[in-house]
Amino acid sequence: MESKTLFDKVWDKHVVSKIDDKLNILYIDNHFIHEVTSPQAFAGLDNRGIKVFRPKQTIATADHNVPTKGQHLPIKEELSRVQLEKLKENCVNHEIKLFGLGHPYNGIVHVIGPELGITQPGMTIVCGDSHTSTHGAFGSIAFGIGTSEVEMVLASQCLIQAKPKKMLIQVDGKLNRGVSAKDIILYLLSKLTSSGGTGHFIEFAGTAIKGLSMEGRMTLCNMSIELGARGGMIAPDEVTFEYMKGRQFVPKEEEFVKKVEEWQALKTDEGAEFDKIHFFEAEDIEPMITYGTNPGMGIKIGDNIPNKNGEDKDFEKALSYMGFEKNERIIGKKIDYIFIGSCTNGRIEDLREAANIIKGRKKAPEVNAYIVPGSKLVEKVAVEEGLQEIFEAAGFELRQPGCSACLAMNEDKIPSGAYCVSTSNRNFEGRQGPGARTLLASPLTAAASAINGHITDPRDFL
Amino acid sequence: MSFEKFIQLTSGIVPLPVENVDTDQIIPARFLKAVSRAGFGDNLFRDWKYDKNGQPIKEFILNDSQVKGKILVAGKNFGCGSSREHAAWAIYDYGFRVVISSSFADIFKNNALNIGLLPVEVSENFLEKIFDLWQVKKSMKLMVNLEEQYVSIIGTDDKERFKISSYKKKCLLNGYDDIDYLLSKKEEIENFELNKS
Repeated sequence: MESKTLFDKVWDKHVVSKIDDKLNILYIDNHFIHEVTSPQAFAGLDNRGIKVFRPKQTIATADHNVPTKGQHLPIKEELSRVQLEKLKENCVNHEIKLFGLGHPYNGIVHVIGPELGITQPGMTIVCGDSHTSTHGAFGSIAFGIGTSEVEMVLASQCLIQAKPKKMLIQVDGKLNRGVSAKDIILYLLSKLTSSGGTGHFIEFAGTAIKGLSMEGRMTLCNMSIELGARGGMIAPDEVTFEYMKGRQFVPKEEEFVKKVEEWQALKTDEGAEFDKIHFFEAEDIEPMITYGTNPGMGIKIGDNIPNKNGEDKDFEKALSYMGFEKNERIIGKKIDYIFIGSCTNGRIEDLREAANIIKGRKKAPEVNAYIVPGSKLVEKVAVEEGLQEIFEAAGFELRQPGCSACLAMNEDKIPSGAYCVSTSNRNFEGRQGPGARTLLASPLTAAASAINGHITDPRDFL
Repeated sequence: MSFEKFIQLTSGIVPLPVENVDTDQIIPARFLKAVSRAGFGDNLFRDWKYDKNGQPIKEFILNDSQVKGKILVAGKNFGCGSSREHAAWAIYDYGFRVVISSSFADIFKNNALNIGLLPVEVSENFLEKIFDLWQVKKSMKLMVNLEEQYVSIIGTDDKERFKISSYKKKCLLNGYDDIDYLLSKKEEIENFELNKS
């Protein structure tokens, strides 16, 4: 039998038919929608006078444009309110399940899909959001799409897609102290650049990857899009099945056992071929932080900002935006904000890790410290476990769930010129608000930096 | 919903020799609150175009009234980051019909093709040649021929072929979109569902 990659196995099973030598009609198992990228798609359906083809296979949440304070109150800003009302109206008209604001399952789309067990191995999953790659952590093919494609899925449960090339990224060995999944992906980005994965779908493998928890794997796959890749995936294993067991939308008892047997076949066969392969050693990875304006501009936290004279056109522009100089040390730089949250690092383990450092300490008085849980369920556990008390005693604010300051669509913005150590995924110019300066890092680094009021190596607190 | 056909275009260019232009620069998230597709062009490259007081930044190319054209020419990895189709809508709504770069982010490329905005991928050399020539001759024009899949610099012998899938080419030449096509395949999709375990 032909050797196949994990990606091939899942992809091939979902090909309805081929249009030409490159393009396939690809069947989509699960479709997530949110308020920002769906209204124009529904308008398209309405213009054509058609209904959603398979409404049970679409799940909606409100996340991008929701306030993270006073969610029980009417939304003040009119455009945001209209966008949320439109989502509700569209879901009612088309009989789509909506976990809207205030629902106990509400939260960031890439946090709730996995935590509710909607995301399962071997599926094809899409959403009008680039970080849909997160769901690949379960061995599914998951990728972000545009609004025209959202409309296609609503209309036909299918997409027309070219099969991407395949890339293997293998990381072996034991992770160093203070190194998390976020540091792995920032390290990979610093080596492969923000376009290193363009045109490819990545499989992450190796002992360091297998050693990660499901939440760590999600963080890693989440940012595979920052490499320019369509998505990233990891073969499901016992860690995956253990995580899934008992979750709301996961099959129960015998059916679960049967499913697990099926899922166990979802791995790359020996001898299967990739278009590109990269090997890395876990021991080379240290806590990472970005200094520039794309996620590929990262360094080990103890290193100096590089000096790339003439090598990189973006480099000078990025340093000037960030207000940094070449060869400067990044540790010790004063900061104004920290943000712990987003679909990258807004899960319960992220909050627990941050709490480990924060417990019994106080944030620096001049730093604004926001912790935004990824979902209502994460928020609930954070309260039950006493994390909220730890955060509040230290002067950190635990807000309500949403995308928040990751993309600053709502009022959670970082002011112009201010520095923010952020656990989110993008440090683009203005991403966290016009003129905001973002430094991407792990929850540990963000927490440690908040306490000192300047960029801090988290290992100082471990 | 079909879109405007694209067959051939001869136009001046707007050069943007910046690499890794992400979709947050093309259209910042705070402008994504609309529920229709119209009007995003007003906020194209908003934070490069205006300062924090809302005053035009005169060095930015879109604020130079002398520079006109329906072809945007940009550095490599154009359209990276967020999947927001609003970025493609903003570029189209502003009046561009073609974006030329040496590489595009995958999602942006799909989004552009889906609305009738043609992404043309050329070699790094050809891209540099366009930027260099523009420096000495701002009135330069390019011709983009989709039928024969090439872009040429008018008044010179410089010409380069570009790739596009035969299906997508047909869609653009005729103004068809994927949804019409998928709706025509409904029976096939239903059969697939029946046979899928």
